[in-house]
Amino acid sequence: MSGQTQYCTFFLDGLFFGVPVQQVQEVIRYQELTRVPLAAPEVSGLINLRGQIVTAIDLRRRLGLPPRPEGRRPMNVVVRSEEGAVSLLVDEIGDVQEVDGSLFEPPPPTLHGPARNLIRGAYKLADRLLLVLETQHAVQVPDG
Amino acid sequence: MTQHDQDIVRDFLVESYENLDQLDRDLVALEQQPRSAERLSSIFRTLHTLKGTCGFLGFSKLEAVAHVGENLLSRLRDGKLLLRPEITTALLALVDAVRDILGQIEATGQEGSGDYTALIQTLSRLQEEPADQQPDPQSPHLQAEDREPQLQAPSPIPGPPPQVAEPAAAARSEAAPSPAAPPPAGPPPAAAAAQPQDEELEGMRAGSAALASEGDAGGGVPEAGRGSAVSESTIRVDVGLLDKLMNRVGELVLARNQILQFTSHTSDAALLSTCQRLNLITTELQEGVMKTRMQPIGNIWGKFPRVVRDLALLCGKQVRIEMEGKETELDKTIIEAIKDPLTHLVRNAIDHGIEPPPVRQASGKPAEGCLRLRAFHEGGQVNIEISDDGAGLNLERIRHKAVERGLVSSEQALRMSDREAAQLIFAPGFSTAPKVTNVSGRGVGMDVVKTNIERIGGTVDIQSQPGQGTTVKLKIPLTLAIIPALIVSCDGDRYAIPQVSLLELVRLEGEQARGGIERLHGAPVYRLRGQLLPIVDLRQELGLPAIADAAREVVNIVVLRADERPFGLVVDAINDTEEIVVKPLSQQLKGIPVYAGATIMGDGKVALILDVLGLAQRARVVTEGRDRGHGEQGRTGGSETGARQTLLILEVADRRLALPIEMVSRLEEIPPASVERADQQEVVQYRGQILPLVRVGQVLGLGQSVPPPGASLQVVVYRDGTRSVGLVVDRIADIVECTLAATRAAQREEIVQSAVIQNRVTDLLNLPALVRQVEGMWEGGAA
Repeated sequence: MSGQTQYCTFFLDGLFFGVPVQQVQEVIRYQELTRVPLAAPEVSGLINLRGQIVTAIDLRRRLGLPPRPEGRRPMNVVVRSEEGAVSLLVDEIGDVQEVDGSLFEPPPPTLHGPARNLIRGAYKLADRLLLVLETQHAVQVPDG
Repeated sequence: MTQHDQDIVRDFLVESYENLDQLDRDLVALEQQPRSAERLSSIFRTLHTLKGTCGFLGFSKLEAVAHVGENLLSRLRDGKLLLRPEITTALLALVDAVRDILGQIEATGQEGSGDYTALIQTLSRLQEEPADQQPDPQSPHLQAEDREPQLQAPSPIPGPPPQVAEPAAAARSEAAPSPAAPPPAGPPPAAAAAQPQDEELEGMRAGSAALASEGDAGGGVPEAGRGSAVSESTIRVDVGLLDKLMNRVGELVLARNQILQFTSHTSDAALLSTCQRLNLITTELQEGVMKTRMQPIGNIWGKFPRVVRDLALLCGKQVRIEMEGKETELDKTIIEAIKDPLTHLVRNAIDHGIEPPPVRQASGKPAEGCLRLRAFHEGGQVNIEISDDGAGLNLERIRHKAVERGLVSSEQALRMSDREAAQLIFAPGFSTAPKVTNVSGRGVGMDVVKTNIERIGGTVDIQSQPGQGTTVKLKIPLTLAIIPALIVSCDGDRYAIPQVSLLELVRLEGEQARGGIERLHGAPVYRLRGQLLPIVDLRQELGLPAIADAAREVVNIVVLRADERPFGLVVDAINDTEEIVVKPLSQQLKGIPVYAGATIMGDGKVALILDVLGLAQRARVVTEGRDRGHGEQGRTGGSETGARQTLLILEVADRRLALPIEMVSRLEEIPPASVERADQQEVVQYRGQILPLVRVGQVLGLGQSVPPPGASLQVVVYRDGTRSVGLVVDRIADIVECTLAATRAAQREEIVQSAVIQNRVTDLLNLPALVRQVEGMWEGGAA
C-alpha cells in the first residue's frame, strides 16, 4: 500500500482502530437498541437510522475483547457493506487520520484468535499503532 | 450502436414483448372463434407493426419471419384460408421464434444465429394450401355472434355484408404483399365485420409501400387506432422508482405515527387540526402509492390460455379456459410471488385433473374439459380459485401413496377424513402421477406451491368431488409492504404478530392465571372450549428470563394458527393493533426463523416481527416435516414397533395403558351425576350428541377402582369416523414421546402389545378392536 489514505478512527478497549473513510456512511452517537433474542452474541440489536433498520454489531465481542464497562454508552460507526449498512459499536470516536502507505505492515504471525481475520494490518504511527479493520469480515457474524 | 439507437431498440423491445403477449392471447382466443375478424385484424396489426419496426431497425431475419407470418394471416383474414389447429400451432411457433430473436437482440444487440428456415417453409406451405372448406354461406351471421364487442370503429351498418365486402376485398388484393398469392377463392364475406379499420389499414399499407421505410408509419398508426385514449393518459414508470416511493411513504407513515403520539397530549387546537390533516393526507398518499403498485391478476392469467392450449395438445386432452375477475388487483411483489405456483396449479389441473376425451364421454361429460380461474376480493384478501371439472382426487390412491411414501402410517391414513386425505397432496415428496412426464409428476410441486403461498402469508385449500372435479382455493394478502399486526410485549420489548395468523386472544386472571395452564408431562396446554391448546411461552422460545407460574397475576394467550394448527402464545402484555411497515432483516439475522422482519414503531423504536410458522416450528407445534421430507415418519408412525411416537398414558386399576395421542380427540372430566343410561348403555350428553361410555376396566376384565364420591369421571374421547366413544379410565397419567422397546406380543385382541414405558410395563390399546368388542356386546345384549 502506498500513497495517502484517510481513515476514520475509533477506540476499542484502549486499542486504536481505523476504517477507510470511503467505507463509512456516518458516525452517530448512541442510539437506543432493540435487542434480538436468539441472534449471535455479537449482534447487539437493531437501531432506527432515519427509517432504515440497521443491525448493530458489538465490535468488542466480535474481536474477542472484554465487554464494555457497565454504563458506558457505545458510539455507532455505520459502515457500508455488501449487504447494506451495518453499525459497528465502538467505545469512542477519534479523528479522521491521513496516513502514508509506507507505514503499513501486515499483522505478525503471533496474532491469532478471532482477530486474525479481522485485522488487515497496522500503520506504524509515531506514537501508536493504527489497526486497520477488515470491514467486510467484521460485519459478518455466525448464524444465531 | 449509438446511445440514441440503443434507446430506440430498447423501446422496440419493450413494445414488442407486450405485443407478443397480446399475440399469444389473440391466437388462442382465435381458435375458439376462428371467424372473428376482430381478432384476426388485431393479430395482423400486431405482426405488421413488428415487421415494420424491425425493417426500420435493420433486423432482417426478424423481418423475414414476421413477413411470412403476415402473409399467412392476410389470407386467413381474407377468408381464403380457414384456421386449423395446425395453423395456430405454426403461428404460435412464429411467436416463439420472434420471442427468441428478441431475446437475442436484448442480450447481444444482434439477431443471433438461430435458423428459422423450417418455420418459414411451414408458414409458406400453409399459406399456399387452399382452404379445406369454403366459408359456408352462414358465416357472416355466425361471425356477428362470435365477434366481441368492438370498442373502436364499429361497423355503422350491420346490414348486408357483401356490399361492403366487395371493395374491401378489391383493395386488399391490390395491396396484398405477396403477388404470387392465388386469386380470391370465392367471395370473402368473413372479413366484412372488421372492414372499416381494415380499409384504413390497407390504405395505410398501400401508401407506405411506396415509401422505402414503412416501419414508423406502420408502427404508429395501428397503435393510435387501438387505444389512443390509453396511450395519452398513461406513462411508463420504472418499478424501482415506485419501490423507492413506497419506502418513502412507509417512512412518512412512521413519522406520522410518531407525531400523532407526541401530540396526543397537547390541547393546541391549531396543532391538532394540522395533525389531523397530516394524518388524512398521509393515509391517502399511502393508499395512492399502493395503488400504483397494484396490477390486475389478468397480467399473469394472460399467459394461461397459451399454456393450457399447448399442454392440452401434449396430453391429448381438450380444455377450455374460463376466467372471472381478471381485473382483481394485487401488489406487484405478490403478483410475482404467485405466478409460478399458479402456473403449476394450472398445469396440474390439466395433467392430473381433466380426463382424456373418451374417458369424459364415457362418464357422460362433454369431451372438452373446463378449467376455471376465478379471483375476487374478500375481507382484505384476494381469493383465487382454480377449478376443473375433471375426475376429482382419487383419495384411495392418495392414501395408498402416502402410506407407500411413508408420509403417514396405514392406520392414520384410514382414520383420515377425506378432507385431510386431500391435504396429503401438499406433503413433500408426494406425487401420484404413475410416470414422470415433462409436465408434472416429479414429486415436487404441490408442497412447493403451498410453501410459496404461505411464505407470503397466504393459505391453500383443496376441495374435490369424485367425478365432478377439483378446486384449489388460495387466499392471498393484498400487499406485503404494510400489514396489520398485533403488538405484544415480552420482557420489556415489543413484538409485532401479523394479524393474518391471529385467531383470538385469551386473558386469564387470578386463580385461572396460576392454574389455567396445565401440564401434560411438562408440555403446557390450555383447555380452550374443551380442546387442548398447546401453549408456547414466548419468553422461553426467545431464551428470555422466565416468570414463575406462581408469580403470574395475569396470563395473556395469543391464539395463533400455524399450518392450520392452533396454538397459544403466552406473552407478557397485549398492546394494540397497528398497521406496520415491514422491513427486511439484515443478512446477519436472516438465519433466525422466528422473525419475519422488523418495523419501526410510533415512538421511533424498532420492533421485531414474529414469524408465526417459524415460531411454531421452533416450539415443535408443527413438525418440520415439510422441510425435511420424511422426517415426520418417525414422529407419527402409528403403532409400528421401533418408531418414535407420542403416547397418552392412562391408568386403570393399577394397570398402565397407552394410546397413540393422534387417536385421542379430547380429554374430558364428566361429573358422575350426568351419566345416563340408554338401552343399557352408559351415555352422557356431550356437545349436543349422545356419547356412549366404555369402562375400559370392565371390558378388559380388570375391574375399575371406585372413585371417591362426587369425583369426576376421567374420559378419553375417541372419534372413529362420525361416531365418538368415551373411554372411562381411572386416571390420565401422562403424555410421553418414546420409542417402543422390550415389547411382548399381546394375547388379547384389544391390546396391540405390551412395552416398557418409563420403566413400567404398559399395554398399548387397540382402540378399534376395543370399541368393536363393546359394540358386539351391545348388539348381543340388544338382541
